[in-house]
Amino acid sequence: MTETVAPPRPTRRFTFEWLGVAPFVIFAVMFLILPTLYLVGAAFVGRDGQFTLENIAGLFTDQILAAYWISIRISGASALLGAIAGLAIALAIIRGRLPDGLRSTVMTFSGVASNFAGVPLAFAFISTLGRLGLVTIILKTVFDFDIYRAGFNVLSFWGLTLTYLYFQIPLMILMIAPAIDGLKKEWSEASQTLGASALQFWLYVGFPILWPSFLGTLSLLFANAFGAIATAYALTGSSLNIVPILLYAQIRGDALQNPGLGAALALGMIAITALANIIYLVISARAERWMR
Amino acid sequence: MKPRKFWPWLVFTLGAAYFLVPLIATFEFSLKMRRGYYSFDSYGSVFSDPAFQATFAYSALIGVFAIVVGIVVVVPAVYFVRLRLPHLRPLMEFITLLPLIIPAIVLVYGYIRLYNSSSIVPFTGSALGTDILLICGYVTLAMPYMYRAVDTGMRAIDVKTLTEAAQIMGADTLRIITSIILPNILVAVLSGAFLTFAIVIGEFTIASLLNRPAFGPYLQNIGANRAYEPSALAIISFIITWGAMGMIQLLARFAPRSAPVTD
Repeated sequence: MTETVAPPRPTRRFTFEWLGVAPFVIFAVMFLILPTLYLVGAAFVGRDGQFTLENIAGLFTDQILAAYWISIRISGASALLGAIAGLAIALAIIRGRLPDGLRSTVMTFSGVASNFAGVPLAFAFISTLGRLGLVTIILKTVFDFDIYRAGFNVLSFWGLTLTYLYFQIPLMILMIAPAIDGLKKEWSEASQTLGASALQFWLYVGFPILWPSFLGTLSLLFANAFGAIATAYALTGSSLNIVPILLYAQIRGDALQNPGLGAALALGMIAITALANIIYLVISARAERWMR
Repeated sequence: MKPRKFWPWLVFTLGAAYFLVPLIATFEFSLKMRRGYYSFDSYGSVFSDPAFQATFAYSALIGVFAIVVGIVVVVPAVYFVRLRLPHLRPLMEFITLLPLIIPAIVLVYGYIRLYNSSSIVPFTGSALGTDILLICGYVTLAMPYMYRAVDTGMRAIDVKTLTEAAQIMGADTLRIITSIILPNILVAVLSGAFLTFAIVIGEFTIASLLNRPAFGPYLQNIGANRAYEPSALAIISFIITWGAMGMIQLLARFAPRSAPVTD
């Protein structure tokens, strides 16, 4: 698209082009960039309207640090488990020589499940693993195993992680499938010809090639879980102290009693998700070498 | 070959169990409203609830507006960037990635602080203004998907030739976009539209914090106050999501596969 012909009436075209792009630019500035910059700025303004680092320092209190820590752990656990499970399922349906129809079924289902987040997902897991959930009751009546007496609770760290996996695994399947498709048949044939076992192929060829895509998608899954609130809120109310729920309470009723601190909380969230996405972009740029 | 197929089947079966069991459990739970035997009472209760009808209609309407605004914002921009301003492409890619980096809750917090009733643009000062803000928030949330859908659609057609042909016939730019480009990328635009709808219909965070009577906050409220209706609503939501995704799959079959260079 670089061979643009010199326009006969450059001035008129110039305005047309910019007129077409203008709605997008105005929209992005008004509803994406300005609100974010405003919050970033507000994080550095004190009650008196002067520049201050107090809000940022205010993040380093026990309650807020604990919220960040549990958020990071839940996002990390659900991203890591989701990435491993997603990779395993994607490998099984793409390279496992399973019946042909299975792949498209799994991909379609993944598209649905990765979008089936939020409040309804919380309902589904309460119906499954809640105190009156089907799995809880079956385990209790048939196997005489009470998961709640064993310390499990759907409203806890592992309950939330298990719930998040419902959209994390499908997202991983959708994102990693192109990379697995990129593993050329010639490579496994070549390694077979050289006498390598299947294990050796995966150890020395397959996984090293998939590794960047895996890491990249992992960071994307992390950011995905870190910003999510609806599922957690519907599942646990405000009983689980994760950052998005803390921020929700702050927006609703100034729970921290300091708007500047609220903005700093939001800035912290942006910083963490941005870091995860930068890792993703850097790694995926490297991974693309193998996609050609 | 048999032992080699063991692991793929095992992984697939475990995965299928994890994804199907919650759906089965939710469906089973939704049928238990009447004591002693299964019935669809909870669904009847949901559908006859005026709040369900009102919030669902509201969210559907907001979704339609978000789709229209999304198309108006994205399609001309992608068209001009492809045709005349290719150097802006990386910037556009970056901007459309931002909604994946900035969590929705941060975005809406920014809206509330920036566009409050005492600001220059007091969106949150009136119900209509807040509705507009909600629509724009949803357009932003869906932008990564809408942009990619439209961009893929435009890559598959020969934008340059189509534009030149239309210009020779005397069409102006607006006409080229609405009656040449748009019909040619209709399938891609509709995919973006259905994805937007799937995102908007049950969205909780933005609607709740802007205090609008949308379907997402209604779901949350029912979840906190009722026993069997939530599982019925979860099944209904799943069917809606499945419907929207199914439409995208169906549309993909009609999409042009490669650029029709000479035709």
